[in-house]
Amino acid sequence: MSAYQVFRAQLKRYYLTYTVGFLVFILVLALLEHQGLGPRWIGYAFLLFTILIYATIGIMSRTSDVSEYYVAGRRVPALFNGMATGADWMSAASFIGMAGTLYLTGYQGLAFIMGWTGGFVLVALFLAPYLRKFGQFTIPDFLAVRYGGNAARLVGGAAAILASFVYVVAQIYGVGLITSRFVNLQFEIGVFVGLAGILVCSFLGGMRAVTWTQVAQYVILIIAYVVPVTLLSYQLTRVPIPQLVYGEMLQEVGKLEDRLFETPAEQQARALYRQRADTYYEKIVRLPQSLADERQRLTVRINELKAEDAPMRDVAALEKQRRELPPTPEAARERWDAAMRTAAGKGSVPIHHAEAFPGRNEAESSAARLNFLSLMFCLMVGTAALPHILMRYYTTPTVKEARQSVTWSLFFILLLYLTAPAYAVFAKYEVYATLINTPIAHLPSWVAAWGKVGLVAIEDINGDGLLQLAELSLNPDVIVLATPEIAGLPYVVSGLVAAGGLAAALSTADGLLLTITSSLSHDFYYKIVRPQASTQWRLVISKSLLLVVAVLAATVAAQRPATILYMVAWAFSLAAAALFPALVMGIFWKRANKAGAVSGMVVGLLITLYYMVRVHFDSVPWLGLQGIGMEPWFGIQSTAAGIWGVPAGFLTIVVVSLLTPPPAQQVQDFVEQVRYPRS
Amino acid sequence: MDSAQRHREYWRKNLRMTGLLLLLWFAVSYGVSFYARELNEMTFLGFPLGFYMGAQGSLLVYVFIVWFYARYMNRLDREYGMSDGEDD
Repeated sequence: MSAYQVFRAQLKRYYLTYTVGFLVFILVLALLEHQGLGPRWIGYAFLLFTILIYATIGIMSRTSDVSEYYVAGRRVPALFNGMATGADWMSAASFIGMAGTLYLTGYQGLAFIMGWTGGFVLVALFLAPYLRKFGQFTIPDFLAVRYGGNAARLVGGAAAILASFVYVVAQIYGVGLITSRFVNLQFEIGVFVGLAGILVCSFLGGMRAVTWTQVAQYVILIIAYVVPVTLLSYQLTRVPIPQLVYGEMLQEVGKLEDRLFETPAEQQARALYRQRADTYYEKIVRLPQSLADERQRLTVRINELKAEDAPMRDVAALEKQRRELPPTPEAARERWDAAMRTAAGKGSVPIHHAEAFPGRNEAESSAARLNFLSLMFCLMVGTAALPHILMRYYTTPTVKEARQSVTWSLFFILLLYLTAPAYAVFAKYEVYATLINTPIAHLPSWVAAWGKVGLVAIEDINGDGLLQLAELSLNPDVIVLATPEIAGLPYVVSGLVAAGGLAAALSTADGLLLTITSSLSHDFYYKIVRPQASTQWRLVISKSLLLVVAVLAATVAAQRPATILYMVAWAFSLAAAALFPALVMGIFWKRANKAGAVSGMVVGLLITLYYMVRVHFDSVPWLGLQGIGMEPWFGIQSTAAGIWGVPAGFLTIVVVSLLTPPPAQQVQDFVEQVRYPRS
Repeated sequence: MDSAQRHREYWRKNLRMTGLLLLLWFAVSYGVSFYARELNEMTFLGFPLGFYMGAQGSLLVYVFIVWFYARYMNRLDREYGMSDGEDD
């Protein structure tokens, strides 16, 4: 047996032992819970145990070797690289948010399911084997060697950093959310605790440490995702394979939808919400007068109450209302507009879960379809352009294993993505069958528990004491987090889910941070600023940058930016438009040259940014821009901005390359060399 | 067969397979989604077919594509003497 085969066998043994150990740990906790261990301690136990494991792996994998630090020594077997890619890929959004998005949007949410898996076909066919053959350290490395000079490296590096940074902020935000919810830390403190967890994995060992912790994190996240819904499936259908049997549940949901949507109480509740939306509309139209009226009305009422010696509590409540009125007409417009949209949403007929492209007429339906297809396109191409994923294919020993490892990556990702739609359908069945038309006083306890943290809200708008569908608001995150309680499972399963969500967020954040700092230290510092830097010094720079970028990302996340969900989708469009065309053309079209690639990347990036900004924002205060909003082209939303940027990038590369001289013979030889695994 | 010719043939076969698989990818992603409403009229394993494809069917085809491409190319490597790994 070769040394590599011994290494592979050893790895299998280690991780098998580790998996069994983790299962034993869960069983022990379950037993302790049975003996009376409180939920709080179970939460702590999961948090401590998992972070301890990651820290141990991180410290054991510390390294000061450049190749180990950037590409894990290029000896990660296909299977393990697949698991690491799975954990790298599946973020807090996939783990916590995906099932909830599917719950709320039904068929429309499947754009994410297909987009985030179909992208790996592009990775396999167009990029992974060729990048492995090239075999350097970063994605901008490839652009620099293929197109020559530092311009391509600079633009590619900037795009990689931009997309990765937007994405890493969303991950750290997710970490803060989980730690604050399950171990009762303050959100801002949770963010920085999470940060410590991230640094402990990547700081000492770079890619090597990140790879081996990601494998460990994959094991935890997949167990945590599959266990609750499997148990729920068994309870409802007696078949413990949710992915197979939820078709049947979907039919049941369909029947419930037909029955529930048109009951008189439901229609009454919806009509009341529509009225509320109209009230907000009038208030917005009458701004700024309506805001002054509102303040006046409250003041009069407060004075009346004070005059008649009403209880202090009532006065205080009204004073609080007055204090919380929007300070300016602009703020009022923003807040009332959001309230109007929420009310209007609740006032309209809910969607049928399986119905594709719902709309009141053919035009609306076509627009929904166009947006579905464009979003899917951007997510797919973005998947095949996000540097933290592509970098993983530098770490396999051979081209052959790089190809196999894409198959493993997709396989391990499917285990979660095939389960998410099942989660949504089972949860919907439970809600429709047991919650709706129940007296509000007798709702199950999980509703109140998650209401306390603001993820579930109930309002008896028609005052009949029963819960109507329109009266229930669910935050998408609650579906996965509350499933253990919906199914009446012991708290240890909830702790497991929290540990899984944490693993998903940490692993993605690790991969992204490493990509950013590799780009900064390798592409910008070493290749451009100081090519004579010693290897020791390069690693020192890289580790210090990791610290700086991590703290920066955590600081942004602690501000809780409102547009966090949009930011994730934007990261994909940006990466897709800036990097995909130049990478693919670099391999498949020898005639593509430096001028073409650089202008293609710039044009793709700028068009995408331009579209996003103008469709999503009407003003950018810190740049002093006002009234820049525009109507979307063909009704396509800002989240799918890459639909314009990607074709523009390809077109620019072709046109500019053909107008300028072909690349040198030496570059053409390089392309030849990348195309064949051995040459 | 000389080396240059061998390389050309290898690359042509690779491009043909890449193109075919890309076509399949396009069909199960965009073709199927475009006609999702029509496909939903049919039922498969208890699911409306359009929904089933988006939630499972297309995903399984993706993993098949990636698996098949790896297998095909790894064999092609061996056949044309391009293999860079141990043959196990």
